[in-house]
Amino acid sequence: MDSTAKRKKGAPADDDIGRDIRLELFRMQLELRLCEKRAYDLFLQNLIKGTSHLSLGQEAIAAAFGVAMRPDDWTFCTYRGHAHTLARGASMSGVLGELMGRECGLLGGKGGSMHLTDVSKGAMGSYAIIGAHLPVAAGAAWSAQYRGTEQVAVCFFGDGTTNIGAFHEALNFAVVWKLPVIFVCENNLYMEYTPIHTVTAVEHPAADRAAAYGLEKVVVDGNDADAVYRTATKYMARARQGGGPALIECMTYRHSGHSRADPAKYRPEGELEKWLERDPIKIYRERLLGLGIVEATLKDIEDDVMQQVNEATETAKASPPPSLDGIEQHVWADGGAAWRN
Amino acid sequence: MAELTYRDAVAAGIAQEMARDERVVFLGEDIAAAGGVFKATVGLLDQFGPKRVRDTPISEQAILGAAMGAAMTGLRPIAEIMFSDFLAVCWDIVANEIAKSRYMTNGQVEVPLVIRTANGAGSRFGAQHSQSVENWAMMIPGIKVVAPAFPADVKGLIAAAVRDPDPVIVFEQKSLYPMKGEVPEGELVDELGKARVLRRGKDCTIVALALMVHRALAAAEILEKEHGISCTVVDVRSLVPLDTVTILAEVAATGRLVTVEENPRLCGWGAEIASIIADECFWELDGPIIRITTPHIPLPSADRLEDATIPSVERIVREIVEKID
Repeated sequence: MDSTAKRKKGAPADDDIGRDIRLELFRMQLELRLCEKRAYDLFLQNLIKGTSHLSLGQEAIAAAFGVAMRPDDWTFCTYRGHAHTLARGASMSGVLGELMGRECGLLGGKGGSMHLTDVSKGAMGSYAIIGAHLPVAAGAAWSAQYRGTEQVAVCFFGDGTTNIGAFHEALNFAVVWKLPVIFVCENNLYMEYTPIHTVTAVEHPAADRAAAYGLEKVVVDGNDADAVYRTATKYMARARQGGGPALIECMTYRHSGHSRADPAKYRPEGELEKWLERDPIKIYRERLLGLGIVEATLKDIEDDVMQQVNEATETAKASPPPSLDGIEQHVWADGGAAWRN
Repeated sequence: MAELTYRDAVAAGIAQEMARDERVVFLGEDIAAAGGVFKATVGLLDQFGPKRVRDTPISEQAILGAAMGAAMTGLRPIAEIMFSDFLAVCWDIVANEIAKSRYMTNGQVEVPLVIRTANGAGSRFGAQHSQSVENWAMMIPGIKVVAPAFPADVKGLIAAAVRDPDPVIVFEQKSLYPMKGEVPEGELVDELGKARVLRRGKDCTIVALALMVHRALAAAEILEKEHGISCTVVDVRSLVPLDTVTILAEVAATGRLVTVEENPRLCGWGAEIASIIADECFWELDGPIIRITTPHIPLPSADRLEDATIPSVERIVREIVEKID
């Protein structure tokens, strides 16, 4: 675990990360948190249908990578992908609109919560079949390698993914071809409803497998945005220079259940409370104050993000449902769905 | 015109497109140094180098996933799945990822890639290396599907598939690899979605694909000479898009439809064509639609059993004589 908070206590904000990046990390985490909390409220109002998988409590990881990545880098994420998509700069109204099944949604209502994508921002898709996007991310990295662009593909997934075949195929493939792809395991301790340690042969489901592919074991405190940011920066720089892939396991915890349907009653008493003490936003706020950033600056950011979320909510609510004309559009590149002449 | 084998036409089609477009890359198991287990890709590594022609581990999900990721980000990959039966181990990537991504993202994601695969029976390889699975692909919205029967079509359809902005699966019938045929000199680019009428008759229209095209043609000769039944033979060539204009017109002209399929009975591609004809051409028909298929069984291995399972020339003749005469 990283001990940045202790080491840096009392130090000026202008260290290797610096004040500006830190404020950006703070703001990004808040955007993800407040937007997803709003999504939860909209469920309760029955304005969001279907399922949804929230990242509440895990925001530091998506935020730190989002801030560390180059605009032309690519993100591949899972059905728990609201945060990762927002962290690339996708619009909140586009995300909330998609969850609400509105025309302004990022995908015009065709994808829904589990498939958020904004190619214009490098958010290359949210994949709802466990493991599928690891080889896809490797392929994007191959494209970058082939064209010599020094772009990096970052692929986020949960601890449960480490037990499916595509995880192992993609890792071996990426190492053998030395591809610029960063595999980021968000270990939130539960594979859907089941504690990951009860179904996995090793303690660290991702990092303990790294050696099998000639990769170093990297475990980072996923609730510490600084720690994740430093790790992200280090391995992305290496990948850009031809150093090949990395597998990073970020320890974290989701505050809510697996999905909308899950009240998470399988968790032992007191576990959530313990992790709430380590809430990534709470600890980051305290750290920034400790680094000499004044309360008013943080309060301004909080107010500003809340206003942003409120405006996005109103935009999404005002957007009509998608036109039925779109149902048979975009199966093919010609915009249509014709399978015969 | 040059005479090429079906297998050489594969390499010729890929080479033509790789020479034309730097974005075209080729990956698969044993395709580079070994030139393919069917020797259909010999010479490509030498001609285009290891950066563009790459051997992979036995990792079908990684092969097609990587092809998809590369296609989404500007390349035009061709991926080989050695035997079409192996598509089952990476079917998620085909059916859930490659096929659906453009639609799910409302047109944001493009997946211009080609999957080539050796399909079908005739080589005595048994149930896990000889199935005919083009009907699996036909069922998935978002995948184009072609299955050439002649060397010229192999080259031309591979080229068309590479240039197409959508994902295309090219099913190569593995027992046709040694077959020779005329292939036009110079650049050859075919068109997806076009059936071809190979002969015209007046009594019935046989619609066939890949290996079955050759058996349908041989059966048509016998039917004409020995039974006085004159047959039209249509090579479907492309299942998606499907050239229903040609098929409907040719069935209407003779009043009878016979489909000849390697697929096991249930939901073989001929069932879809039969359904279209029943819907749209019913009043032109002079008798029931005839579907000649493999029985609904996994494919057996022994030559005697395999020969009795896949529609043969004799069986096509027999069924048509019994049902049409």
